[in-house]
Amino acid sequence: MTVQAAATKPVPLLARVRGWLANPWRTPRFLAVYSWLFLAWAIVPVGIAVLFSFNAGRSRSSWQGLSLRWYITDPDQSVLHDPLLHSAVLQSLKLAALTMAIATPIGVALALGLTRWRGRVSSGTNFLMLLPLVTPEIVLASGLLLVFAHLYTFGSVTLFGTPAQLMGHVTWSIPYVVVVMRGRLFGIGPEYEEAAMDLGAKPIEALRRVMLPLLAPAIFAAFMIVFALSIDDFVTSQFLFKDQTTITIPMLIYGTGRTGLNPSLNAVATIMLTLSLTAIGIAAVVLQRIGRRRGSAEASAAHELVRFEL
Amino acid sequence: MRLRRTRSSTGTGDGGIERLYPRGFWSTMALPGVVWIVALFLVPFYAIVATGAGGVDPIFGTARPEWNPIFWQPDNFLWVLRDPNGIVTPVFIRTIWYVVAAVLACVLAGYPVAYYMSRLTGRRRNIFLILMVLPFWVSYLMRILAWVNLLQNDGLVNRLISMTGLLQPQEWLSGRSSTVVLGLVYGYIPFFILPLYAALERIDKDLVKSALDLGASPADAFRRVTLPLSKQGILAGVVIIMLPMFGDFFTADLLGTSKNAMIGSLVNLYVTTFTQGASQGRGAALVIVLSLVVSVLTLYYLINTARASREARA
Repeated sequence: MTVQAAATKPVPLLARVRGWLANPWRTPRFLAVYSWLFLAWAIVPVGIAVLFSFNAGRSRSSWQGLSLRWYITDPDQSVLHDPLLHSAVLQSLKLAALTMAIATPIGVALALGLTRWRGRVSSGTNFLMLLPLVTPEIVLASGLLLVFAHLYTFGSVTLFGTPAQLMGHVTWSIPYVVVVMRGRLFGIGPEYEEAAMDLGAKPIEALRRVMLPLLAPAIFAAFMIVFALSIDDFVTSQFLFKDQTTITIPMLIYGTGRTGLNPSLNAVATIMLTLSLTAIGIAAVVLQRIGRRRGSAEASAAHELVRFEL
Repeated sequence: MRLRRTRSSTGTGDGGIERLYPRGFWSTMALPGVVWIVALFLVPFYAIVATGAGGVDPIFGTARPEWNPIFWQPDNFLWVLRDPNGIVTPVFIRTIWYVVAAVLACVLAGYPVAYYMSRLTGRRRNIFLILMVLPFWVSYLMRILAWVNLLQNDGLVNRLISMTGLLQPQEWLSGRSSTVVLGLVYGYIPFFILPLYAALERIDKDLVKSALDLGASPADAFRRVTLPLSKQGILAGVVIIMLPMFGDFFTADLLGTSKNAMIGSLVNLYVTTFTQGASQGRGAALVIVLSLVVSVLTLYYLINTARASREARA
């Protein structure tokens, strides 16, 4: 009876708003509205940039119809036909592919080594390896620029350009590979190898025929993550570049973002976005699979990605 | 996760798995990685110090790193500290206030989002998390480019403003500090929210419940239970975004003018200049000053975290 009375009595607006804000056990409505608005603020600007890469006109802000003009059809300024844009895409892809091929094996071996090998050098390396994660990129990039200018030189020949950029990207990626692999290694435990060796496998065989298949999904995810890291990298590429042919997509955005007069820049940026998000999407799916097989309830792919991002 | 870890470490106990492999097997495996990190991470660090403490080549007029500590000279560091041309100090002060303003804005704008996220469950949380993680994997430069598009004089923001008629259209990109700070907040806030979310999610909800049962008002419960328990998360987020912000130059370059140069812009300018004698050495000295600021922050964070986990165990 009293309950009904309370329910029908009109609650003053102010009190109701206060109730929403204050009661932690009800769905926090104002928080919900605010948070989803926040998310929109975080995502919509990028969405608009992607949209305008398909603009038929020259403007990066007023819509003139849908077209692939800035990707393919414009004879001079499309990504396909402008040599600068074209070569930026190729250089980004080249660096990402090579970084993937070099950083992942080194990182996987390092993770295996570091989790098994105990000693002073090992714990020192463990600490050292995490340092790049907390170093501002500009510091490492400056250091690399200086060694490639003054130390790792061959007469008057320097490594600036693709080789230096590649080495920079690899240095930057190794810690991420180790973090991903280590998570997986802790999950597997030593039982499988022990069993393999009990059954007569030689160490190398145990590693190759037991551990490698078990680690394969994580290794694959690491490949994808390294690819995305390299595609998105800016500072290292910028500091270690040599000439126009070694300009990457992020460098192009930095160099012409303010002066660029047409949406072809957005088109290049959209290509980059598609590449890195595809790679990360694949990595997320694979990591989620591992999680599900591990049988943990918290195995959301997003969680995995968040965890190693920290 | 913790359970797993203890299991595997007891498994590797005395007669551990590493014994099953030949001596030196694992160290050989780790060797390429160790060599790589030493040659391309440690040595470059040393090269920064050597260049900062080095001199100028008398013939070519370029920077000459001094690899031998005995011959190190303090000239470049003194130049940074004394700042005879009045270049460094204003930029340094500007950088500090941009970073402080952006970090404050991130904390105020990001806390509610992280809090909301920690209260979500099931499918909705996964969707929110995935959308939240997206910006991590969109190149930072592309996200800033998106704002360059929006904030141009004939961009969508100005068009929206003149449509509503509330404000005058502005020249957003003409060297406004507010635009650059907005860019920094936009760029780095996801990196603040996620560690904070992780900390908030770990808080035992029963603690809040008991506070309420014992008569605390919801606001009190938040202020005296949730907030103190999330302090470590706030600290982690703040440090994580402050480190890259101190080295940022592209946000200010893309969204501002030379009036908005940050310390990273000076580093970028000086370190990449090969020709004019002293500038590379001065750039290197600037990098070292920058690294010192950053390592003080990191150290503070590490000490704090260690203390917190000690207290948690006690």
